[in-house]
Amino acid sequence: MPEPSPRRLPTATACAAGAMLAIPVIALLLVASYAKKDPELFGVPFFYWYQFVWVFLAAGCTYSAYVLVSRARRDRAAR
Amino acid sequence: MSPGSPILAAGGRVDAVALSVLLFFFIMVTIGGFAAARWKRPDTMHSLDEWGLGGRSFGTITTWFLLGGDLYTAYTFVAVPAAMFATGAVSGFFAVPYTIVVYPLIFIFMPRLWSVAHRNGYVTPADFIRGRYDSKALSLAVAVTGILATMPYIALQLVGIQAVLDTLGLGGSGNAFVKDLPLFIAFAVLAAYTYSSGLRAPALIAFVKDTLIYLVIIVAAVYVGVKIGFGPMFHAAEAKMATKTPKGTATGVFIPAANNYWAYSSLALGSALALFMYPHSMTAVLSGSNRNVIRRNAAILPLYSLMLGLLALLGFAAIAAKTKVIGLDGKANAQLAVPHFFQDAFPSWFAGVAFAAIAIGALVPAAIMSIAAANLFTRNVYREFLRPDATPKQEAKVSKVTSLVVKFGALLFVLLLDKQNAINMQLLGGVWILQTFLAIVAGLYTRWFHRWALLAGWAVAMIYGTVAAYQQAPNPAVTKHFGSSLAEFPFSHTKVYIALSAFIDRGAAWPQRARRKRSHQTGGLLLGFTRGHRTGAWHRRWPAGARRDPDLVHIVLL
Repeated sequence: MPEPSPRRLPTATACAAGAMLAIPVIALLLVASYAKKDPELFGVPFFYWYQFVWVFLAAGCTYSAYVLVSRARRDRAAR
Repeated sequence: MSPGSPILAAGGRVDAVALSVLLFFFIMVTIGGFAAARWKRPDTMHSLDEWGLGGRSFGTITTWFLLGGDLYTAYTFVAVPAAMFATGAVSGFFAVPYTIVVYPLIFIFMPRLWSVAHRNGYVTPADFIRGRYDSKALSLAVAVTGILATMPYIALQLVGIQAVLDTLGLGGSGNAFVKDLPLFIAFAVLAAYTYSSGLRAPALIAFVKDTLIYLVIIVAAVYVGVKIGFGPMFHAAEAKMATKTPKGTATGVFIPAANNYWAYSSLALGSALALFMYPHSMTAVLSGSNRNVIRRNAAILPLYSLMLGLLALLGFAAIAAKTKVIGLDGKANAQLAVPHFFQDAFPSWFAGVAFAAIAIGALVPAAIMSIAAANLFTRNVYREFLRPDATPKQEAKVSKVTSLVVKFGALLFVLLLDKQNAINMQLLGGVWILQTFLAIVAGLYTRWFHRWALLAGWAVAMIYGTVAAYQQAPNPAVTKHFGSSLAEFPFSHTKVYIALSAFIDRGAAWPQRARRKRSHQTGGLLLGFTRGHRTGAWHRRWPAGARRDPDLVHIVLL
């Protein structure tokens, strides 16, 4: 097996981090999946509160991607 | 306030308390702006790295405030709720998915751009294009697009300040000079401390701006929840959006229906792709001290989207509160929805805090945008074509002077032309700036695209986008041109954000394989997780520094 480039992220990490970044983008572009009124939450239609929830989910996803990438880099540096 | 006295309702007299609060904060940030020159004091201010990029030294927190202050502009604070107030979700609330979708994109592309720029001393996106494709023409195209797109954006910040001044009762009457004097003074002061402190000034002021904005929005959210109630607020908005206009169509969109899913998602995606192509967002990114600052920020910046979403809903709150949006000139103007809402709902002193937040919110991005536009001119026009042997000191000098010219130009734009022109131009600017996306982002990964093909694609898309935007007149009684940022996608009847369809339509003009065939790694290529090219090509001639650094054999972009 060829020696992987010292600068390259492991494929599994790259895929996982890529998925973490892709999920919010895809979820929010599928407008049909959330353009509806019910269920309401405290009088707020689904369309509105769902997108607010994604603010937090997206931040979480991006942060996970950050952790994945930086952890892989640290491991590699330690090796 | 009776509906019969719209002029009085709009605040025909000057609100002294609110004005004093506004002035207090304005003086505070002015002192901060000048003092910023001493912050992380450099040996010399006489280089673009120091003046134009704050010494490329900002940490995670500073960058968070700076990028937040930069991307979420005063105009956004005024225009997004105004759009919600006037026509509802498709033209307003798309800003929320837009500012969520943008961060994964920033996470992928911007650290890479930061690394190349850091290694090669690039200050502007056009510097990168110049180094990457070795093409003066393409670099000039990117620089000119950036400057053209930024100018009306600066002008719109003034529109944001005007909305506040109008609400305070300033600027409605008197001769042209007295009317615009407050705006003129605000901009002169801004120009002065930007000139002396460079990017450090908006970076420092951004702390004040964002603290105020968060404070105001939290108070407003609590007020709406307690006094109006979320249920009644949404009911009022739904009722207004369903009301028929005289033409028989609905006033706006409460929740997108099947016929405008594409409009909503293409506006969100297209705006997100365009946002970080703007020179001012790149300037803020390049001022970070390392790549992880940018990655961390991609994870924590969505907090601003939360704030933006709440602000957008204030447009609905204004509907529920039956806010009057008649300006001092006696005309209805939806942009006054939020300022008037604050004036009606809160005591004067707190309305003053809200107005200060909006006004200072205009100063931060205006400063960064003028710096970014000035850097583009200095590096990619002045140094490229007029004076190739310019020293860093001369570059800084030219940039400082250009930043004054740019701001003065924006001021004239707003004072002399109809405000609608600034809005139209900003709409066009978004369409234009996205057409630099392919050259810049593809260039981060591959030299597959040929420079002349990219230039041709850019030209085709610029022309298509401009013409398509010009032809939009959904309501000919109001506007003959530039009536909407949505147009039917070619050969279809689906409305799509013009910037995105122009971007896609140029398919005819691209791919031609670059003459110099290069291997590129496909695995993870799009995600940016592979190493960069081991190529010396993009710093063959430009810039002179750092080229011999042995590390450069492995330019690692991520």
